[in-house]
Amino acid sequence: MSATIEMPIKKDLFDVNGLAKSLHDESGPPVYLDYSATTPVDPRVAAMMIPYITEHFGNPASRSHPYGWTAEKAVENAREEVAKLVGADPREIVWTSGATESNNLAIKGAANFYSGKGKHIITVATEHKAVIDAVRELERVGFTATYLEPEPNGLIDLAKFKAAIQPDTVLASVMLVNNEIGVIQDITAIGNICRENNVIFHVDAAQATGKVHIDLEKLPVDLMSFCAHKTYGPKGIGALYVRRKPRIRIEAQMHGGGHERGMRSGTLATHQIVGMGEAFRIAREEMDVENARIRKLRDKLLHGLQDMEEVYVNGDLEQRVPHNLNISFNYVEGESLIMAVKGIAVSSGSACTSASLEPSYVLRALGRSDELAHSSIRFSIGRFTTEDDVDYTIELMKSKIDKLRELSPLWEMFKDGIDISKVQWAAH
Amino acid sequence: MAYSDKVLDHYENPRNVGTLDKNDPNVGTGMVGAPACGDVMKLMIKVNDSGIIEDAKFKTYGCGSAIASSSLVTEWLKGKTIDEAYAIKNSAIAEELALPPVKIHCSVLAEDAIKAAVADIKAKQLAKETA
Amino acid sequence: MANVYFDNNATTALDSRVLESMLPWLSSQSGNPTSRHVYGRSARDAVEHARVQVAEACGAYSSQVVFTANGTEANNFAIKGMAGNLPSAQILTSAIEHPCVTRPALMMQQFGYSSKPIAVDSSGKLSLENLQQQLTLPTSLVSVMLANNETGVIQEVAIVAELARAVGAFIHTDAVQGLGKIPLSFTDLNVHAMTVSSHKIHGPQGAAALILDKRVDIQPLLHGGGQEKGLRSGTENVAAIVGFGVACELAVANRIHYASHTQLLRDQFEQGLVDIGSIKSSVMIFGNKVARLPNTSFFAMNGIEGETLVMALDRKGYAVASGSACSSDSTEPSNVLLAMGIDKDLARGAVRVSFDATNTPAQVNDFLVTLNNEVKRLKELTAIAA
Repeated sequence: MSATIEMPIKKDLFDVNGLAKSLHDESGPPVYLDYSATTPVDPRVAAMMIPYITEHFGNPASRSHPYGWTAEKAVENAREEVAKLVGADPREIVWTSGATESNNLAIKGAANFYSGKGKHIITVATEHKAVIDAVRELERVGFTATYLEPEPNGLIDLAKFKAAIQPDTVLASVMLVNNEIGVIQDITAIGNICRENNVIFHVDAAQATGKVHIDLEKLPVDLMSFCAHKTYGPKGIGALYVRRKPRIRIEAQMHGGGHERGMRSGTLATHQIVGMGEAFRIAREEMDVENARIRKLRDKLLHGLQDMEEVYVNGDLEQRVPHNLNISFNYVEGESLIMAVKGIAVSSGSACTSASLEPSYVLRALGRSDELAHSSIRFSIGRFTTEDDVDYTIELMKSKIDKLRELSPLWEMFKDGIDISKVQWAAH
Repeated sequence: MAYSDKVLDHYENPRNVGTLDKNDPNVGTGMVGAPACGDVMKLMIKVNDSGIIEDAKFKTYGCGSAIASSSLVTEWLKGKTIDEAYAIKNSAIAEELALPPVKIHCSVLAEDAIKAAVADIKAKQLAKETA
Repeated sequence: MANVYFDNNATTALDSRVLESMLPWLSSQSGNPTSRHVYGRSARDAVEHARVQVAEACGAYSSQVVFTANGTEANNFAIKGMAGNLPSAQILTSAIEHPCVTRPALMMQQFGYSSKPIAVDSSGKLSLENLQQQLTLPTSLVSVMLANNETGVIQEVAIVAELARAVGAFIHTDAVQGLGKIPLSFTDLNVHAMTVSSHKIHGPQGAAALILDKRVDIQPLLHGGGQEKGLRSGTENVAAIVGFGVACELAVANRIHYASHTQLLRDQFEQGLVDIGSIKSSVMIFGNKVARLPNTSFFAMNGIEGETLVMALDRKGYAVASGSACSSDSTEPSNVLLAMGIDKDLARGAVRVSFDATNTPAQVNDFLVTLNNEVKRLKELTAIAA
């Protein structure tokens, strides 16, 4: 096995110094603006991972030979890096296969363990499907749930949250950064309310790492979900933070060899864990500089797009990560818009739901009309986005929106001064 | 989802985009769909005195398949009698554009738009006769 | 010092061709398969191509492949997800299953299912008589592994499936150790679900699959974005899945050579082992009277502690195992051997050597010399201690 392997990084896809795309060039790879769906693996992360799939391929549970020991040591180093980024003790980090598993484990694991305390769960209508569907699954087996509606800016009204707590509320789950609209919930305040009411508090932070500072030593949070592939690490690896003081218990959801102190069985994918550790180390060291740069790009993109008429930003602009810009282009249908803007890779709604033609449930929960929800685009900016990419995007969007509005009977009616909400549409 | 070449062609180069004078007694308008469903199609046809469609225009708010379906029917309509137009079936549109099952409703919408435009022109003609 | 890996039933080294197939997905091609733009679509295509490769290696249709993160998850999914076939009935698992089959079965007790072991005989083969007896009670699910990770003993899963189906029970087999080592056909085994895993066949860790008869009404383990047709939510681990696919293709192409080559190594090893045994100690090779995986040898020497021998061999550069890696945390003797009725003291002496096609007769030869020396040394130590 060779020790050094050339990494075939394609310069033209994610290189910071990549060439600017010309507006007429739709042949090459599109500009990637879908960092909230997944991020490319940072070349430094990939370089760290490779030795652990080649020469150090041991099973970390093998205690009888160095193949296993080397793997175990790497796993523990990575656990420390993950813990450091979020202000946790390494012993509070449990590896999983990703945020979906972390969310399922946290929610089902805590609800089942503490079901004697109560069977009511509070979550938010704009949570990721992995949280919503895990709660729904618990409803199927006898729990009850409240799905809080957020305010039109996507944030939770703390009074409404407080009011939702019932005597038998056992668990609350609120995401730190929303995947579709990027808004940041006030988890300190929500966590304090949970503490006062003896409610276990889970936070899905899959979209937050490397974007906002997280200090679990201070935060009133009991369980927190992470994944690597939204923070320039590999897919297929995540983690769950499980508080030790005061100690939170969860019922395992994967049973077997008793890995991860019995909380999660299954052979650990060493190279992926190593990748997550390195990705989180880079995030810790570079996030402040990186976020300042990304904020500038976001502001430029926002100003460029706001030149157009009938453009609506979804979600609060202040309490929001700079990486995300979710905008509705009124009177233009989202899917045709996606088709039109082939020069950029973006998503309409969450990547996890864009296989369906339903309008985004997150935007609908904000009270956006179906039309506005349908015409939304999520731009998500990241480590390898350049100013040229943003310039190209603004120009492309402007020209394509113009073209599609030319085609749109709704735009014509709007221009003719017809109030579309008053029109009687034939159901079909 | 992969679109067929024909869908892409009509989507990239839509034929007969625009509007006709809706007050013209020889112009029939069909508007079907709803913004809430993600597609609205407006089809206008101009019929001459011998009952032949001599012009057709459309505007569509919807996905690529909806735009392609409406663009295609404007091509088909020109030169047809209104009865021939009325007989156009969504299956023919879907077949021509090789629409996948999830997009069949786009062809249904185009058929509905034709029927609505024809009904409108017939109503206008009836009004003219009775006047 | 030697640097030889004889622990291939625990995990295998990644094949360089597999690595090559994975690299693009660990660097530039990092799309989310759910995304509809070109980055997403190319990731989706790669996952679907791997699905075909895995299906072909398993004698299944690609639509029957559900990707999971590892074998443990696939087994948990099968056991917990299919038990609902017959509420409150019993779940039967062979007495030698991996904990990731037996523990989920035990967990189902809280939902009213009872979990019972099916006996094996002293060679490690499932007692069909015992199974038939137990099937007279209402049975939801039967799970019997295709080949045991410790002894390598191969079970007659197709017959088990027939018996289970006759009484309306679902049948699952953990075929993790069978893939790539013996002919494998989901269709021929006639089971409802079958677990296979990537890292046992020179693929990466992080990918496995449950091969599933889609007519089975199964409950998902992970809820969320609805990936894998709603059966397993969570963003697909594209790189690992791609690697798994290529590893499957290579395993199929290499299987005949693998079988004959590892069998030669094992025959050579076991002949040498008996020679050591006849002079210095009595040796017992488990399961050697019945059909076994060609690469696996599981043995014990009277009066020598397995863990001690494994450590001694490690110091000489040979990686072997004292039991299944997943239960290496415990000092209890192997469950598998206890189920076979092996005496506790002898069971504590158990050592597993599992070969691979990349190992050579010279390595085995040298290993036998080292083993001979270490056994001799340990014998003397124990003699002094006594």
